[in-house]
Formats: sequence, structure tokens, C-alpha cells
Amino acid sequence: MGRSRSESGHGNAPGTAPVVETRDLEKIYRMGDVEVRALRGVSLAIEPGEFIAVMGASGSGKSTFMNLVGCLDRPTRGSYLLNGRDVGKLSRDQLARVRGQQIGFVFQGFNLLPRTTAVENVELPLLYQGVAARERHRRAAEALHRVGLGDRLDHTSAQLSGGQQQRVAIARALVNRPSLLLADEPTGNLDSRTSVEVMGIFQELNEQGLTVLLVTHEQDIAEHGRRVVTFKDGVVLSDMPLARRRLARDELRAQEERSA
Amino acid sequence: MNAAASLRTALRALRKNKLRSLLAMLGIVIAVAAVMATVSIGQGAQAKVAEQMESLGANLLMVLPGSIAMHGVATGSGATQNLTRDDATAIERDLTASVASVAPINRTGAQVVYGDQNWFTQVQGTTAAYLQVRAWPLVQGEAFGREEDASAAKVCVLGQTVVNKLFVPGAPVLGEQIRVKHVPCKVVGILAVKGQSFGGSDQDDVILMPWSTVVRRLIGSQSDAVGQMMISARSSSAVSDADREITALLRQRHRLSDQAEPDFQIRNLAEMQDAAKQSTETIATLLEAVAAISLIVGGIGIANVMLVSVTERTREIGIRMAVGGRGRDILFQFLTEAVVLATVGGVIGLTLGIGVSKWMAARGNWPTLLSPPVMLGTMLAAGLAGVVAGFYPALRASRLDPIEALRFE
Repeated sequence: MGRSRSESGHGNAPGTAPVVETRDLEKIYRMGDVEVRALRGVSLAIEPGEFIAVMGASGSGKSTFMNLVGCLDRPTRGSYLLNGRDVGKLSRDQLARVRGQQIGFVFQGFNLLPRTTAVENVELPLLYQGVAARERHRRAAEALHRVGLGDRLDHTSAQLSGGQQQRVAIARALVNRPSLLLADEPTGNLDSRTSVEVMGIFQELNEQGLTVLLVTHEQDIAEHGRRVVTFKDGVVLSDMPLARRRLARDELRAQEERSA
Repeated sequence: MNAAASLRTALRALRKNKLRSLLAMLGIVIAVAAVMATVSIGQGAQAKVAEQMESLGANLLMVLPGSIAMHGVATGSGATQNLTRDDATAIERDLTASVASVAPINRTGAQVVYGDQNWFTQVQGTTAAYLQVRAWPLVQGEAFGREEDASAAKVCVLGQTVVNKLFVPGAPVLGEQIRVKHVPCKVVGILAVKGQSFGGSDQDDVILMPWSTVVRRLIGSQSDAVGQMMISARSSSAVSDADREITALLRQRHRLSDQAEPDFQIRNLAEMQDAAKQSTETIATLLEAVAAISLIVGGIGIANVMLVSVTERTREIGIRMAVGGRGRDILFQFLTEAVVLATVGGVIGLTLGIGVSKWMAARGNWPTLLSPPVMLGTMLAAGLAGVVAGFYPALRASRLDPIEALRFE
């Protein structure tokens, strides 16, 4: 680790458009005759290099917001600019392309392919970008080194611990050099120590310039971000920078001291 | 994703589920093996029947003496002696438009002796026309002609089996004197090997002699009665004309009234041939239908497994979509899996089918006919079955909503 921002290829040049810019974003689901207004007008901008934590109870609209930002879904109304490009009205296949090139996902359940080695899992996004096999392998191995799994390339998910699986998932999210890393409850399935370790990786990546959007309902996890946005009933309830964010490095050191 | 990558992805997915892939393939394996085996068995059997039929002679008609009723008592067929040499001559002379050759035949069994060897065989008294009718060439010497028949010359033409029984290999045969019953005969020709008849008897165990030599000298009869006639029509299309015209001519010559039953019978070999061919064709069609159905069943097997697979791998599909897989990438991936299953199954089935048909052919003593077009066609059909079977499951997979798919437990 410890690469400079330009080398690792993340983020945007200074002074360019926000990574994410939504204006009056609305999402309405129709379930039979019932309309569910999951988002009721969200306007938010995320600048390059930010580490933003999105909080809210279930049903607050934070998951819907993440799906829209992640180009997994399209808004009913309002606009969404990803790196200055309106992606709100793209076709399914175009959205897939945008996801493959600009977004990295980390999920609560890791979502690795079963019975598949770590390096093959990480190669997956490159497969859909048409990267040649040798180059795929090289970049996947490099991404796994970055998350500290350089010696576990050929382990399958079953041979890895939960924390290691989540690192593989992070490597997979990094491998296509996205401009935005989306993490949806990434620590939900992990114990507290491993959670801190994973947050440490996100903080390191962010320090290298990667824009991170973290969705969580846990206050102490959210406090690893630089800015916390809270959703309630489909609107943004609060949006403020964290004066004193938690640093995973320090937490881990403190834990070690306690146990010593 | 390019074709090579999706092929590799498909192979990997199939390897991860070996048992299921094997079971999915089984239907196609059996179907293709069945197609290969049935087609080649059907063709082999057909070829064998056709070959045996052909050895009888082309466009053949057989005229046999019929039964007559005397005072209400019917005799069996062939019990009468109402076909004569004159009838044969008349047919040959009057019906030139439809009839090519007429061979009168009288048979008798005879002990034949040459040196210290002897053999019992069948002697056929006939004319040179017999060789034309039966399309039976000589390998050595010449056939007897009209003069030999008129003078009841003591000459004979030997079938290959008789040659083998009487002569040591390599010894001169032509010009030798053999004794047929009590009549010394000069060998003037040797027949080509004809092989087994349709009924399984050895057609080469025969001696041909002029008709009058057999009737007058061996049988010792002064009658002009003919045991049977073998007649070849000018062409396959002339067979039914010949049949009709011979019937009319013989009725006229035998002075039969319009109501009278004929006192002779005509067997049309082409009809028998057709019947035999039709029955083998019916069987072949039946087998092919069964094979086609099993191919469909094999396809359904693949479709089934693919549908289960898509449901089971919903989350995998969601992951693939989330990291940039487009609908068509997913479609192509599952379609490739189905086609690989069908093709690999097809290759295994092909190998199995070839083995089975070789084995069956060896047992049934017919040629193994493995036509490359049939093999190619079967493989294409198997591949097509894979595409058809895989398309719906693959389409379903490609239309999944990534959010739903990721949430799938």
C-alpha cells in the first residue's frame, strides 16, 4: 500500500465535477395498487476523495439510494450525474457497462462465487471488460496484494475466514480502478475486531484518493467516514462532516495494548 | 466477454458440478448413440437385403406352372406341366417391347464325378439367356449356345462350389470331362461367385447345361414341359407391362376363357423387392422417429438442469451483473453451458453409437455403414437441442433484476 493517488488510478483530477451529483432524486415502487415512495427528492453531491457514510433505519431509503448511485436501478424522477455524466436514463446494458468501469461494490454477504479461487473472483469484473487473461491475472493478483491477501490467491471462499472473504470482495471492487467504491453494510457479517480491520482498509484506500460511499446502520462504523448523511423516510435528515472520525489504525493499536 | 472467455467460464461452471453435468448430458448421450446406432443398423440391414435381392437378377419375373382343378380337385402349384418351351419361345419372340430375355429352366439333382472326386449338386437345364436374366457373368470359358441346345450337346458350365469340390486348386478345369449322372460332359465355362441367396442357400453349388441335354439325356423325358421360366424385363418400369403381356399371351396360348383361373403364376421379383425394401424402410423410419424423440427428451433434460441451475445460481448472476456483466453476457454464458453439455454429450454418444453399430453389424453380418453426413447431422441436431434447451433458461437468467438477484437466498 501507500501508493500515490495518481499511481493507483482512482478518483478524478482536482477541480472536475463531483463523483456523484443527484438532484431531486425520487424512486417510486409500485406494488400492485400501492405506491411506495422510497426516495422523495434527494439532492446530494459527493466530491472526489470523500469518505461518506450513509445511515438510516431500514425503510429510510438508504438502500434505494445506494442502488441508484450504484447504477443497479434507475430513478423515477430527478437526475443523477456520475462523474458529470447523466446516467439516469441509460439502458440496462449501458448501466452494466458503467458499473463495470466506474463502480466497485462491497456487500454485506461478501457475495463471492462459491468454489472459486480468490484470484478468479477478483478477475470477474475484468472478464466483462474484455481484458486479456494474462493481464486479468496480473491485475487481480495485484489487487489481492493491496488488501493483504497476496499469499491466498488460490484459496477458495470456503478456505478463507469472513474477514479474508471480505478482503477478496474489496480487491474485486478495486480491480477495475473504479471512481467510486460502494460498500453496503460491509461489516454486517463480521465480528467487531474484523470490522475495524475492514474499515482500516477502506480508510487506507480513501487516503490514497478513492471515493468511498459506505452504507451502514451502525453508528461506530459510520464514524470511520469523514462525512455522515442520515436518511429518514426517503429524504436526507442530516448531512454533516465528522469533526473527529475514528481511525481504524488507532483502534487496532488500542485493542492490542489492552490485550497485552 | 468474448467467446473464448465465456467458453472457459462455462467449462469451469460445468466442472464444478460434475455429477449434475453428467446427468444432464446423459439424455443427449443416449439420444445420439441411439440415432447413430439405429441409422447405421437400418442402412446396413437395407443394404444387405438390397444386395441379396440384386443377386437374383434385375427386373426379374418368374413364371411357374399353376394349379389346375380337375373334377373339383385342385392340384398344388407346379404340379402341372402346362408351361412349354414353345411358350418360352413365344414370349421371347412376341413381347420384345417389354421382355429382354427368357430362360426356360428344368432342374434335377445329379451325382457328378471327376477323377476320384464326386459331389451331389443341382443341375439346371436352361439356355444362355439364363446368364443374362440373372446377371451372372462367367469368369472363364463361354456359355453354350443355340446349337448345343438343339443338339443336346454334352457340355456344362460349373458353379464355383462345384469347381472347388471336384478340382484341386490350380488344376485346369476348362475342357475337362466330368460325369454328370451317367453322361460325360465337357466343361466349357465357370460361373462367377454369386454367394448366398436371399433364403440362405449356396447359389454357387450348381451346374448349368443346355435345356435339352438335361431334359432328354439326364431326365430322359421327351416332354416339352418347362419347370419354370425366369424372364427379365427391359427395365424396371417395363416390369409391370411385361407381367401383364405375359399373362395375356399365356392365357391365349393355353386357350383359357376369361373366367378361368390361370394355369400358371407369375412372380414379380420387383414387387418382392419393393415389399422387402418397404419393410426395412418402415423399420428404419420407426427407429429414426424413436431416435428423434429421444433427442427431444435429451434436450428437455438439459433444459431442466439449466433451469434448476439458473435458479440455484441466481446470486451468482446478480454478482456478475453488479460487476459489469450485461444481459447478453449472462445469456451467452448459460447458452454456452447448455451447448457445451449437448456437444460433449453428442461426442460421447457418437462414440458409443459407432461402437454399438459395429457390434450389431458384426453380429448381423452386414456392412457397418457410418455415413459422415449422418454423424455431422446428428452432432448438429445435438448442438441445436442444446441451443433450444438452453435458450429459455439463459433468457430468464439474463432478465433477472440485479438487485433482486443479489438479495436471493
